[in-house]
Amino acid sequence: MPLLEVNSLVVEYRTSRGKITAVEDVSFSLEKGETLGLAGESGSGKSTLGLSIMRLVPYPGTIAGGQIKIDGVDILKLREQEMRAIRGRKVAYVFQDPMTSLNPVKRIGDHFVEFICTHEPTVKKGQAFNRAKDILKNLGISPERIGDYPHQFSGGMRQRIMIGLAIALNPDLVIADEPTTALDVIVQAKILDLLETLRRIYGMALILISHDLSIILERCKKIIVLYAGQMVEYANSEELHENPMHPYTQGLLRSIPNIELSDQQLSAIPGSPPNMLNPPPGCRFWPRCQFAEKKCSSEAPPLVDVGNQHFVRCFFHVSEGTNNE
Amino acid sequence: MSEIVKAENLKKYFPVQKSFFEQLFTRKRSYVKAVDDVTFSIKKGEIFALAGESGCGKTTTGRLVIKLVNPTSGRIHFSGEDITNLKGERLRLLRRKMQMIFQDPYASLNPRMRLGDAVGHPLVIHGLIEGKKEKQELVFEVLSKVGLTPPEQFVNLYPHQLSGGQRQRAALARSIILKPEFIVADEPVSMIDVSLRTTIIDLMLTLREELGLTYLFITHDLAVAKYISDRIAIMYLGRIIELGSRETLFLKPMHPYTQALLSAIPVPNPERKRKPIELAGEVPSPINMPSGCRFHPRCPYQKDICSKKEPRLKEIEREHFVECFLYDV
Amino acid sequence: MSKSEAKPKILASIFMPLISLKRRGPSGWMVIFGLIIVLGLVIMTLIGPWITPYDPSKSLVGPIREPPTLQHPFGTNHLGQDILSRILVGGSIMLQVAALSVLICLLIGVPVGLFSSYVGGAFDRIVSLIIDAVYAFPGLVIAIAIAAMLGPGVINMSLSIAVVYIPSYFRIVRSHVLSIKELTYVEAARAIGAKWYTILTRYIFPNVISSIVVVVTINFADAILTAAGLTFIGLGVTYDIPDWGWDLTNGRNYLATGAWWMITFPGIMIVLLALGFTLMGEGLSEMLNPKLQR
Repeated sequence: MPLLEVNSLVVEYRTSRGKITAVEDVSFSLEKGETLGLAGESGSGKSTLGLSIMRLVPYPGTIAGGQIKIDGVDILKLREQEMRAIRGRKVAYVFQDPMTSLNPVKRIGDHFVEFICTHEPTVKKGQAFNRAKDILKNLGISPERIGDYPHQFSGGMRQRIMIGLAIALNPDLVIADEPTTALDVIVQAKILDLLETLRRIYGMALILISHDLSIILERCKKIIVLYAGQMVEYANSEELHENPMHPYTQGLLRSIPNIELSDQQLSAIPGSPPNMLNPPPGCRFWPRCQFAEKKCSSEAPPLVDVGNQHFVRCFFHVSEGTNNE
Repeated sequence: MSEIVKAENLKKYFPVQKSFFEQLFTRKRSYVKAVDDVTFSIKKGEIFALAGESGCGKTTTGRLVIKLVNPTSGRIHFSGEDITNLKGERLRLLRRKMQMIFQDPYASLNPRMRLGDAVGHPLVIHGLIEGKKEKQELVFEVLSKVGLTPPEQFVNLYPHQLSGGQRQRAALARSIILKPEFIVADEPVSMIDVSLRTTIIDLMLTLREELGLTYLFITHDLAVAKYISDRIAIMYLGRIIELGSRETLFLKPMHPYTQALLSAIPVPNPERKRKPIELAGEVPSPINMPSGCRFHPRCPYQKDICSKKEPRLKEIEREHFVECFLYDV
Repeated sequence: MSKSEAKPKILASIFMPLISLKRRGPSGWMVIFGLIIVLGLVIMTLIGPWITPYDPSKSLVGPIREPPTLQHPFGTNHLGQDILSRILVGGSIMLQVAALSVLICLLIGVPVGLFSSYVGGAFDRIVSLIIDAVYAFPGLVIAIAIAAMLGPGVINMSLSIAVVYIPSYFRIVRSHVLSIKELTYVEAARAIGAKWYTILTRYIFPNVISSIVVVVTINFADAILTAAGLTFIGLGVTYDIPDWGWDLTNGRNYLATGAWWMITFPGIMIVLLALGFTLMGEGLSEMLNPKLQR
């Protein structure tokens, strides 16, 4: 049984200006210990998707349809009390902004202790403290700093602490939403390595959400490319890299500068991400697609299995043959 | 090619706010040495990238060069003229020749000004036009140049009605309407969606051709720097530690920090198993800098001399400068 | 624009904001209600002179101190004047005083606030110090002191109220300016070579208006009450022109004798007017608060 199973998930926001379908018909599964990358730009719905797995979608968003099964249990049917037992223990979340996610008037040790003792009432404070120190060691932070306040740490270290908190209860799944966006490239590499190390030590599955396709290609085994709330492509990373089929994915790959190449010909995707209050009819990507035909603006393409565990949402999924280097 | 901009021994120190008790009991003044003795020159028509991680001083250097901030010491030259102490009206006149594009497209346009007014405002400020019709013509012209067409449609919009990419283009339009010679671009694409970045970058390249512009391109994204620039300077804690042409710097990075930086950049290729160079610790606080070479505590090659003396920028190969005792014998 | 085009455009520009107000939920309704009350009372005061059943200043149009009857729905006062007629026209002084004081505040408080916070440094600190000193005094006390010094009259009342309120305008404007002074678009304005007054008027001021609007409405409400208060203690208008505050004062004397109608109706009107402005102010302040998008 897969650890996480998402079936036809729909998440909507009811704003004063209208309804936004932030996530539409998303389905995927994740096994224990796997890494999945959610790639997408602004408005793609990737953050909303991550939050919905924790049932933390902020008002005025609601999960309007579909199932989310963790270890076979549909968490959308649970009561809030039962959900609280899952958050933190089974599934943990690392938020994007480490600067504001920690309580500035609480010591780091207290963050850990409160977290651990709330979810595991049998654990005593002293035990929790020792566990916290061990975690700090694994994070590469000196355990003596357990009495320090958040502002005494740099951004990179705070993010590491956030990750430490996320894994403190040994969850089965960690969802990291843009964990490195606010950080420098060298620290970013360290954080991603840390996530990888912890994943192997504790056997966690990881969902990595990012707009940076490079990180996702490097670090994730499976990738979902999201556009305007829909899955447009879903494949293993090597397959996606060698054989991108959706024009959006192809366009994205062509627009990322690769530091190892000289004389790259980069090209941008024309147009801009759609207005989610009024998305284009039919295929949401058609206004920006060079292959678009009449069909695309009136019919919505379904997600098609093209073999090799590769799914594409496009009428004209065309393999580009060799990749774009 | 002649030099259009020259920065000489630029320093910018910010005094640190002391807590109440510190003010009572200590006389010591501590400073954040944001820019600490930076020298470089930019040739006419080139794209010069200033790269580094956050806190290295690149943004402050950009603002120093364009005189939005006054240096603590050092000199700035523009087209051969020493503009370090330029003030008042003469400074305002200079603004016609040098312009700036900012990082955040959501914040760099006045939310209460229509696009047409915002883009045309430099013309009004400098009294370069006679009447609305002329202003409209020029505004339409630049809007078309940056791809905001049809211009009639865009002039009446407010910033919040545009996307991030469109706003950045409007900011570009505003910066070129006075036909400047030099533009400082501060992280112009960092806050723009990845798929749209190339549009803005290519636009900047096209404008360079059409208008004969020179750019100082500030960025933390070395992959973008490699794509767009002719020469690159890498900054660390307020100093330039390596400077070279695009070809030489990326092919043969000399400074250990540059090497570590390049090795840490993710590559969009799942089969490429890179091994980033491990650097000890984190970037130290710019208030308490390490002695000697400011990079030495993290350097995998540190020697005795590195903690005692500060290395200077030296030309090691043709047009390739490094500040490091590994090369400075 | 020709005349026939202009009319629908004007109507549209009035009604469109109102319709969009409705969609904003409870705070929008507050603004609408407040607006209705205020406009209603203003219109009543304006057309009052033509619709009064009796001459408001004429004495003995009916028996003195008569409780509400069909001929005098609000009763009569101690001089035999019809209270309903006096109510219809009595808001005039209050509204004038409130409007004038708000005008003075806007003309002084806003520019000083803008300039001082933009310039910063020692100048700003000195000005803030002075303003804070004035702000520290209880408002009514200052108003009384100044009114006592200047004497009665609409202008003097407005001045004394304005002095009390200028610090509020200054502080609100200053805090808003400080928060946007360092924003990128202001820096961009400097980068294109704008002079300081251009930056203040075209880049900073338009973005500060939203907070000023809220203060204006609260100012109105408070001015009404302060004007009533000044009149109550004899420092407002002293001649007998129809005025709610005046009637309130006089009505108090007769309350003990059971003539409740003499004080109640003017009191209700004052409260109603102040309520209208307060509703508008509260509603606007809620609406203009940055809310979570989506």
